Amino acid sequence: MIDRDEVLHVARLARLRLSEQEIEPMAAELSSVLDNIAKIEELNLDGVPPTSHVVEVTGRLRADEPHEPLPREVALAQAPAVSDDGFLVPSPQA
Amino acid sequence: MDVGRGSGRDDVVEYEPVIGLEIHVQLSTRTKMFCGCELSFGEPPNTRTCPVCLGLPGALPVANAKAIHFGLMIGMALESELAPRSIFHRKNYFYPDLPKGYQISQYDEPLCRGGRLADVRVHRVHLEEDAAKLVHVGESGRIHASDASIVDFNRGGTPLAEIVTEPDVRSAEQAGEWLRLLRVTLGRLGVSDVNMEEGSLRCDANISVRPAGSDEMGTKTELKNMNSFRFIERGIKAEVIRQEKLLARGEKVVQETLHFDPSSGRITTLRSKEEAHDYRYFPEPDLVPIAVSEEMLDTARASMPELPLARAERFEHDPSYMLDTEVAKTLAFRTDLGDFLELRRPESPDEARVRANLIINELAPRVGTDVPLADSMVTPDAVVTISGALMRKEISIGGARQAFDILVEEGGDADAIIEREGLMSAEGGDELAAVVEAAIAANEDAAQKIKAGNPKAIGPIVGYVMRETQGRADGGEVTRLVHEQLGV
Amino acid sequence: MVDATGPYELIALSAAAAARAIAAGEIDPTELIGAYRARAMADELNCFTWVAPERGPGSGGDIAAGSSPAPGESPLPGTPLGGVPLAVKDLFCTAGVPSQSGSRILEGYEPPYTATAVARLQGAGATLLGKTNQDEFAMGSSNENSAFGPVLNPWDRARVPGGSSGGSAAAVAAGLAPWAVGTDTGGSIRQPAAMCGIVGLKPTYGAVSRYGMIAFASSLDQAGPLTRNVTDAALMLRHMIGRDERDATSLRFPEQIELPRADRLDGVRLGVPAELSSEGIETGVLERFHSALALAQELGATINTDVMLPHAPHGLAAYYVIAPAEASSNLARFDGVRYGLRAGDGQDLVGMYTRTRHDGFGPEVKRRIMLGTYALSAGYYDAYYGRAQRVRTKIVEDFRAAFEEVDFIVSPTTPGVAFELGEKTTDPWSMYLNDALTVPMSLAGIPAISIPCGLSGSSEGKGPVGRGLPVGLQIAGPAFSENRLLDAAYALEQAIGFDSTAAHV
Repeated sequence: MIDRDEVLHVARLARLRLSEQEIEPMAAELSSVLDNIAKIEELNLDGVPPTSHVVEVTGRLRADEPHEPLPREVALAQAPAVSDDGFLVPSPQA
Repeated sequence: MDVGRGSGRDDVVEYEPVIGLEIHVQLSTRTKMFCGCELSFGEPPNTRTCPVCLGLPGALPVANAKAIHFGLMIGMALESELAPRSIFHRKNYFYPDLPKGYQISQYDEPLCRGGRLADVRVHRVHLEEDAAKLVHVGESGRIHASDASIVDFNRGGTPLAEIVTEPDVRSAEQAGEWLRLLRVTLGRLGVSDVNMEEGSLRCDANISVRPAGSDEMGTKTELKNMNSFRFIERGIKAEVIRQEKLLARGEKVVQETLHFDPSSGRITTLRSKEEAHDYRYFPEPDLVPIAVSEEMLDTARASMPELPLARAERFEHDPSYMLDTEVAKTLAFRTDLGDFLELRRPESPDEARVRANLIINELAPRVGTDVPLADSMVTPDAVVTISGALMRKEISIGGARQAFDILVEEGGDADAIIEREGLMSAEGGDELAAVVEAAIAANEDAAQKIKAGNPKAIGPIVGYVMRETQGRADGGEVTRLVHEQLGV
Repeated sequence: MVDATGPYELIALSAAAAARAIAAGEIDPTELIGAYRARAMADELNCFTWVAPERGPGSGGDIAAGSSPAPGESPLPGTPLGGVPLAVKDLFCTAGVPSQSGSRILEGYEPPYTATAVARLQGAGATLLGKTNQDEFAMGSSNENSAFGPVLNPWDRARVPGGSSGGSAAAVAAGLAPWAVGTDTGGSIRQPAAMCGIVGLKPTYGAVSRYGMIAFASSLDQAGPLTRNVTDAALMLRHMIGRDERDATSLRFPEQIELPRADRLDGVRLGVPAELSSEGIETGVLERFHSALALAQELGATINTDVMLPHAPHGLAAYYVIAPAEASSNLARFDGVRYGLRAGDGQDLVGMYTRTRHDGFGPEVKRRIMLGTYALSAGYYDAYYGRAQRVRTKIVEDFRAAFEEVDFIVSPTTPGVAFELGEKTTDPWSMYLNDALTVPMSLAGIPAISIPCGLSGSSEGKGPVGRGLPVGLQIAGPAFSENRLLDAAYALEQAIGFDSTAAHV
């Protein structure tokens, strides 16, 4: 139902490296789960609106008032790689 | 505009560009879109962050009411349909400037749909959050060879309105002109700094070409992130020519995202459709729908100023103004100039015209663009005084200029300055005629040349008169008297 | 095992009883905290991922946790909870205290702020005792998917405690904590509560702020109590609920949570939909369930077996689209840039991302990220996510219609009792089936409580101690019916007379 190429494509979207041994089991497991999920295709859902929030409220806006920011050393404290003033990452263009 | 031509063929195909624009506007709220961090204006990196805009585990967004308010104002200005209910979606992709791995944006239920500004229809306006800033570092210092980048999250989460037009634009010039109109409109609304150099206004263009007269749409490319009107016009022009040449050679345009390098004028591929993102949009479960209440609409409506386009119309057609189209536009598109004119209602269209010209040509260049006219030393009454004196020919334009030189520096009462500096025009024709007579006498050579048919020789004579009258004489009147006295 | 009689008596107190005793000056909160700390430190079930130190870093008042008392520190006297220690599921952010959501990708992560739910409990006088083990990012029904290793069920150490709040449930059942905060996305409070023989309550979605809970599936996640009895659950809930300006989906609870008092169920209409009480449920579980129903009738309740939840059987499928889809997005922030693990040093950006996420996430989390990414990807959205959301609408409507007929829906909490470690790890769907009876309420956002209703299989001597394994009874009500729900659960709890301290170590 979901093949090797699809698994690799989805893994790429999810930025997830799969080792060679992980690919086939993943395909099999996903296929099995999707088979079970496919049962919802039997339902007639014409005209049924989707529910993305069970909370029936709207708005919940925030006044445009500032709060105290985190001190920079706190913001950077948990990062695996930092420079003096920022988070260090491999360059996207490299 | 270049027209693509089939090489070696007899039939000449004319192409028509079809251009749609996407504009990102940073909103000038005090705080970010989904958290209370203040917007950053050059603060040290990563000093305006919190768990929300750093995307820390467990942090949740809450939408900024002021950003919604500004969004509604933009929608009103663009005559959009304002959605009574709209929702945020997550746009999923990985990039170091995107801390959560998704951008909170709007997708199929945006805040505003449809609309129009002048000759271009608006497709939609939606709200979203800006990305953080990536600073490329590395030993070489050159962008493409650098091996590391630093992420600064100060900008991350700044509120953005994205305005998407219909593909109604037909030329690079039209794009530039329309964007200028949009810029002054947004500036007038007070919803953004609209500063392109600083990135508070950014533009992408979707460009395709098709045979003139065709209704079909060609394959489009997307030209990304151009940060000045000039680059936009040049970029679009270059891309239109590139596409026309491709089609003329019988080749196909490939759908891709492009980058225009203004220094080389070259267009390069950022990514092709095959690598296009699959953004996996879905409704943002951490936020509830925006319901636009009557109260929110009333507040937005009450905040709406007269827009530049409407103001230009009014300056042109209102019986007390009746200004020339260009003058009307200039005043309307620079809000502080129009405001300055309107602070005192003109008594006649003539007065309006004289004052408008004084404001545009004399006052504005002296004050500069760093401060609005209203904040300069010059009062609206001073301009009324000077224009009145000019119209009554009590002072010459030269006198008016001297008065402005002083007013801009010192301010004060215009009448008093005219008096103090002796700027009154040489009274009556007789007095000026006498000065002109003396000037001719002192410049015999020049007088002879004029008589011989060289009108340009008048310079020294006028100069003499101006020196004598300390610039108060009206140049036109002096020329007239010289010609009269010389009988030419 | 703690031997002194003094501490043992302290441990025997429920949280509410301990709070009362502290208020009355009968016991010293410091001694209570010390007794639990000693037990938590001696934990053999792997319930705790971190235990508050007695003194020293992490316990002083120097932590940037705002006004909340620091872990292990005695609270202000006169607070409603008076210092009663609290075990907190790892996924709640606690300032300066490791908060990893059971994942390797957050190795050593110490957040700069405390989750609202925990801060509120601390503000009411609860003392942070420790952080509890869980399935990684709350994805699991057995607590076997934890970077810290599995939790053992105190009733039978060869068995799982349920998940994902397995550490919280086992700690309370084993008497290593008086009570614990957990989270429930598709059953993660109720299911381990049932398997460990304690009480677990999933409140109405929005009743408790999610701010500071490391998200699994945002539209379903909800914090709630795991306690020895219904009264403790009410007490904890009272101090967790309330609108939080930092969570747009949080709601003002319309009333104060009262401590339950009902001893009868006269006039209470219980609905027993066939969809949640027949297929795939172990006989032993059904026996205990029917005994509980009989007790309810003796207390005056009426049983309605005609009430239907026709779409409930599709809940599991809808849930296993919606939850992984949201999770795939919620877990995108774990990218090795700002916190936690980074792998693939020296690689390019994509290499760093993909290796960090490969090394940091466990197999079940990877599976769900893949599943969710797939369900949202171009061409599949309508067939999966869009469809699942429509099923969700039908389930919401089913419950709404049912609550026209009955006051509560009752069912077993789980299809079976605690299963053996490793028993269901090979086939994901067999594990997911554990959530079949709890997921519909999660999708509908309604409150549901699990209370122990006896032991299953005691006659067959199923547990090694020959006493059987606990069975949970689930009671669900309409949104914001928590007070009535707690009352009904309390009346049944008294009638059932289950000893939730029987598995104390």
